[in-house]
Amino acid sequence: MNKSVALEMKNVSKRFGSVLANKNVDLTVYRGEILAILGENGCGKTTLMNMISGIYFPDEGHIFVDGEEVVIKSPKDAFAHKIGMIHQHFKLVDVFTATENIILGVKDEKHYSRVEAEARVKAITERYGFHMDPHKKIYEMSVSEKQTVEIIKVLYRNADILILDEPTAVLTPQETEKLFAVLRRMRDDGKSVIIITHKLHEVLSLTDRVAVLRRGEHIATVNTKEADENSLTEMMVGKKITLNIERSEPKDPVDRLVVSNIHCTSAEGLPLLDNISFTAKSGEILGIAGIAGSGQRELLESIAGLQHLDGGQITYANPKTGEVINLRDKTPLQIRDLGVRLSFVPEDRLGMGLVGNMDITDNMMLRSYRRGHSMFLDRKRPKDLAEHIIKSLEVVTPGVTTPVRRLSGGNVQKVLVGREIASAPTVLMVAYPVRGLDINSSYAIYNLLNAQKEAGTAIIFVGEDLDVLLELCDRIMVINSGRITGIVDGRNTTKEEVGLLMTKTAVPADNTEEKEDVSRE
Amino acid sequence: MNVLSSIFGYLMSAIPLGMTFLYGCTGEIITEKVGHLNLGIPGIMCMGAAGGCAVLQVCMTTGNLPAVLIVILGILGSFLVAGLMGLLYSFLTVSLKANQNVTGLTMTIFGVGLMKFIFSNLEGHMYLKALTYFRYPFSVHMPGSDLRYCGPMVFLAIIIALVASYVLTHTKVGLHLRSVGENPATADAVGINVTAYKYGATIIGSGIAGLGGLFYVMDYAGSQEAYLSIETYGWLAIALVIFTLWRPHLSIFGSMVFGALFVAGSYIPSIPGLHLSMTATPLLKMLPYVVTIIVLAITSVRNKRENQPPAGLGVNYYREDR
Repeated sequence: MNKSVALEMKNVSKRFGSVLANKNVDLTVYRGEILAILGENGCGKTTLMNMISGIYFPDEGHIFVDGEEVVIKSPKDAFAHKIGMIHQHFKLVDVFTATENIILGVKDEKHYSRVEAEARVKAITERYGFHMDPHKKIYEMSVSEKQTVEIIKVLYRNADILILDEPTAVLTPQETEKLFAVLRRMRDDGKSVIIITHKLHEVLSLTDRVAVLRRGEHIATVNTKEADENSLTEMMVGKKITLNIERSEPKDPVDRLVVSNIHCTSAEGLPLLDNISFTAKSGEILGIAGIAGSGQRELLESIAGLQHLDGGQITYANPKTGEVINLRDKTPLQIRDLGVRLSFVPEDRLGMGLVGNMDITDNMMLRSYRRGHSMFLDRKRPKDLAEHIIKSLEVVTPGVTTPVRRLSGGNVQKVLVGREIASAPTVLMVAYPVRGLDINSSYAIYNLLNAQKEAGTAIIFVGEDLDVLLELCDRIMVINSGRITGIVDGRNTTKEEVGLLMTKTAVPADNTEEKEDVSRE
Repeated sequence: MNVLSSIFGYLMSAIPLGMTFLYGCTGEIITEKVGHLNLGIPGIMCMGAAGGCAVLQVCMTTGNLPAVLIVILGILGSFLVAGLMGLLYSFLTVSLKANQNVTGLTMTIFGVGLMKFIFSNLEGHMYLKALTYFRYPFSVHMPGSDLRYCGPMVFLAIIIALVASYVLTHTKVGLHLRSVGENPATADAVGINVTAYKYGATIIGSGIAGLGGLFYVMDYAGSQEAYLSIETYGWLAIALVIFTLWRPHLSIFGSMVFGALFVAGSYIPSIPGLHLSMTATPLLKMLPYVVTIIVLAITSVRNKRENQPPAGLGVNYYREDR
């Protein structure tokens, strides 16, 4: 290979507080290649790329563009070095047309002329085979059209190095193939394309080389031809680490919550949940593993009565009466009125779980105020509960009257989990309960969950750390793109098995033909 | 003939009054297009009047200045003083990130009070000497009726509105300005100086709005007590922004409609054959507001994205933590 080096990172590190996001990463990108940055959630893929595109500034290390060391402090600097990044969240002005968004902020060489700008946009779309109406308003566009606008925006600024952050997460398989065709054309045109992804089949079908990151470190860069799913998964998940989380045997498990064949679709018509069926048993922790955005959130919200379902059944068996209750299409309030003791610790703690500006007592009351019958609030019991939680869970706070948003992430989580457990749930759903927590707080949460399990609660635990899932959960259900790819026994499975299930191709087999067609072009 | 002249009289009363709204409205549109809801417009218009009249008093006391220069100095004084109010508003809302509604209302209270203080120290007969330069250069005379007038500031209002419309929709500066009001994070990411645009638009917008105050005192009303009612017209100017769906060229027409609706209160009772009790006439003063509510209702029902206020209106921009 006699390709010239476009970009080089040497010894780059980045810290956020005490968390090391990237550690001594070396990376080389050549002209005319597609490079994948592969890794699990939170392994530092996006952080690393953000340092090239000017969002973050590295704490240590050097970046070279065309062999010369550069300092990139802002997206503007990145563009000056012909680097452009397409983020997962599009930055577009809704009421502007595609062209207006593309030319926004670009300094004109001579006079501003809309006609000339449109001609340049048209030249770019034709060169790479995009399909885009330059006069269409952004708010009338589909997600994939918006992505096209973002890519052209970067090309319009003469970028030679394009970074795409999980570009296929929001696309249908057909749109993905179209995007890949465009990316291949860019590569053939001599551009360097970097895609951040965790989908193995995309890596294998599209890229020339793969750089694998794990826990912020660069593990290896390999030629895609020499790699396969197994070798990449192994590099991604690494060897198992023992955490010593205690796990008791479930005591006489009974079916508590039965979910059968539920499915729902997004506003754009993409499937969010596709034919999901499983059973949550009492006295058991059911883990849910999957790449972020595979449908975990929608699944929990469906059970909690926050997500509209297109089909399927959710039933709950009341432990006292033995009565079976249908939960589908019920609001959270209706579910509670039916006597279902369901607790939900959502991923978005301060958005959905707690009110940041209110103090701990008031946040306790959010769950219990309906019990009051007089005109005035009974603050005594919620205050006692708040004090109990602060004491038993060792919440660090100046007092019960401190607004929740002033607490640190771990303490916010303890308040939320504490409140949900206090209502003595029979089904407890927790999403990423230890995200952002230090080791001690994490173990405190695991112990709380285990105590609930002993008390006979059916626990659904959505996690991202495979080591934790493997040690804490009795069973692990793996989902990918809204489908179940497997339910495994937490005691007998391996990290590799779960890792493979997580990245398993969710695209139906009949799509392979189409894929080959495009690559032959 | 009588009917014709009274219609003519009606229009000649309505259109110039509309120009008071037009200045305020154009200024507020420019400010709102960068995402700042400036409820200080009434106070800023008051200060525009005070600044302009103070400069005029100095000019008239000095004496022997050419008429054109006096008009230009008056307008500049008004623009500068109102622009200073805009600078204060921007400093509070853009740099200090103060709540826009609260800041705006405070600016109105502050502006109205300070204007009353300034006017009580001015000598009405001195600055009103400049009235002839403001009011009469393009006077139109209708036989059989009073002398009607149409001064240079009527044309200035329309020219400013047209220029503002062109800049907002056909230039790169306008595109950048609108992007700041719609989605400041996006504008920031593509390298647009969000703070500079917010300051610039707010100051220029306030300056333009201030001219409305000067116009009202020195052209439309032309009396010593005129300054007392500027605030009312300031609120109408803000309503007019919604009425014209944030479009300066539409606001030329809209301001005339508003002017017509506003003076209708005093013309309708005099229509022959119509017997209105005196208690009903104040109700007619509601007309501009009622029409604004109707327009708001219609545009919300149709829910076309282009007719909605800028997406970032009223929300202060915090750059994301890097």
